Amino acid sequence: MSALLDVRDLQTHFFTRDGVAKAVDGVSFSLERGQILGLVGESGSGKSVTGFSILGLVDPPGRVAGGQVVFDGDDLIAGGEGMMRTLRGKRIAMIFQDPMMTLNPVLRIDTQMVETVRAHDKVSKSAALARARNALVQVGISSPDERLKSYPHQFSGGMRQRVAIAIALLHKPDLIIADEPTTALDVTIQAQILSEVQKLCAQSGTALIWITHDLAVVSGLADRLAVMYAGRIIEAGPTAAIIANPRHPYTRGLIDSVPQGKRHGAMLTQIKGMTPSLLNLPQGCKFAPRCPRADAACQVEPALTPAGPDRQVRCHHPHADHEATP
Amino acid sequence: MIVYLVRRVGQSLLAVMAMAVLVFIGVFFIGNPVDVLVNPEASQAQIAATVERLGLDRPLYEQFGIFVWNALQGDLGTSFVYGRPALEIILDRLPATMELALVALALSVGIGIPLGVWAGLRPNSIAGRTIMGGSILGFSLPNFWQGMLLILVFAVLLGWLPAGGRGETTEFLGMQVSFLTWDGLSHLILPAINLALFKMSLIIRLARANTREVCMQDYVKFARAKGLSPRRVVLVHVLKNIMIPVVTIIGLELGSMVAFAIVTETVFAWPGMGKLLIDSINLLDRPVIVAYLMLTVLIIVAINLLVDVIYSAIDPRIRLSEMKG
Repeated sequence: MSALLDVRDLQTHFFTRDGVAKAVDGVSFSLERGQILGLVGESGSGKSVTGFSILGLVDPPGRVAGGQVVFDGDDLIAGGEGMMRTLRGKRIAMIFQDPMMTLNPVLRIDTQMVETVRAHDKVSKSAALARARNALVQVGISSPDERLKSYPHQFSGGMRQRVAIAIALLHKPDLIIADEPTTALDVTIQAQILSEVQKLCAQSGTALIWITHDLAVVSGLADRLAVMYAGRIIEAGPTAAIIANPRHPYTRGLIDSVPQGKRHGAMLTQIKGMTPSLLNLPQGCKFAPRCPRADAACQVEPALTPAGPDRQVRCHHPHADHEATP
Repeated sequence: MIVYLVRRVGQSLLAVMAMAVLVFIGVFFIGNPVDVLVNPEASQAQIAATVERLGLDRPLYEQFGIFVWNALQGDLGTSFVYGRPALEIILDRLPATMELALVALALSVGIGIPLGVWAGLRPNSIAGRTIMGGSILGFSLPNFWQGMLLILVFAVLLGWLPAGGRGETTEFLGMQVSFLTWDGLSHLILPAINLALFKMSLIIRLARANTREVCMQDYVKFARAKGLSPRRVVLVHVLKNIMIPVVTIIGLELGSMVAFAIVTETVFAWPGMGKLLIDSINLLDRPVIVAYLMLTVLIIVAINLLVDVIYSAIDPRIRLSEMKG
């Protein structure tokens, strides 16, 4: 079976006054049906832009400058806006980061849900309303009839994110792109939403791209991880393998900076330095200036090379299995 | 909602009262109408008689008391010049001004919002830049000069439209209106455009700025991610959000258009209230000035009240907080 989504050498550039910022620079990955991919990286690593690029929602001055996004056999970049619109919300849905901002404040929930149903399916208003109601029940919202008649400001953040997820589920999409959907929520709500989404995706066989900066969140959820840095994927592979044996020094740094019980009382490890500006990237390996293992070889940019079963890493000096942190 | 309305009406009444005091005192100080009204050759005794007849010999507070007492009974005084009730004279002229202001408002909203939204959606396009450039002209050129240019081009050079006056009127809902006959309409077009240009420019800029802001919001991106047509995203998701500030401005501006169409009415000899006010100020016809200003205050206060009610209809967040309050 061919992959549901195949992103090949995606390039999304922002043409600003100060130069071209290559927010996404040659990202490739693929996703099977029902699979969950965690796209991990710091702010500015290009993970959100990757998500928006797949849906063709990159705002000017940014645009997709190259590459292919093959969804179920069709190239979305070549297909253009018309093809994109028939897929958006229908076969590929998106959940945004800040639930406070994603629902239109002046429209009732039923309006916002019914329009989504009717954008793709020519059904009556009452049929659309019934589907909206079911979707709300599905995401665990009680008294859905009353909720449908409410406005977004009458909901809490967690509830709004549930509504957004319900909207994403309306057409039983093949793929949901979730852009840090739990970042703005309380930890307890976060856990609820996480398990809810996991359950719903498993039930309906929906594939999921979960974009996050939080390795702890995604490690319990995703089948595969792709770690991004400065617009590139620097490590990819099965979640368990990466968490147990990160190859790239950056991935290792991310994992080490997650607080753990057994190191209670010790200082947290941190990655020194900051994400470089996309307008002024270092030559060679983009992580080299912050990397404890960098040497002269790192002046040349490493390629993404196989590193173990189903794994890839972009590094001249990858860590071996079970290697201690230096 | 009802509690809120009662409170708002109460506030409005206070504003009207305060205005009454200010207007009355202000008019008292702008000059003695008797100097203008009586024959220059009149004797001292005749002048004294006139002063007494008009009640101008009494102290200010007494005059004000009489004015308020009469005003409460619907009598805003009798014109010194015409010898008729001031309110009646103004109400005669009101339909002409109302018609002009409403047509101008319709023009400025009907053209201003679409142009502003268009310019906001494509801020860097040639059309967008042209619209913005035009709007700068629209509100930086003086109103009277725009009016004179309109007359020069369309009435004098091209001869398409009449230069002034109101033309043929017909009765509509008990008022004399121009827009139902071709002759009346041809008289109405130029002054309405003149009055509308400034407001239109204002609405264009407001609509553009708000459109740009709303378009950057996540909910617009989310609406697109839901697969909605661009048409629906703009006409429902964007437009409904930009209407909140636009309605405020429309409300404020309608009031000022009715009240201060003076320049346009003067340039186009449009027989409305504004022209009456100018004439009355020249003649120091105090009751007409006072009655005009009081009526203006009432209109503006009423429109503001209406705007607040419309607000709650388009912004659910306001509706809710009011119910609580």
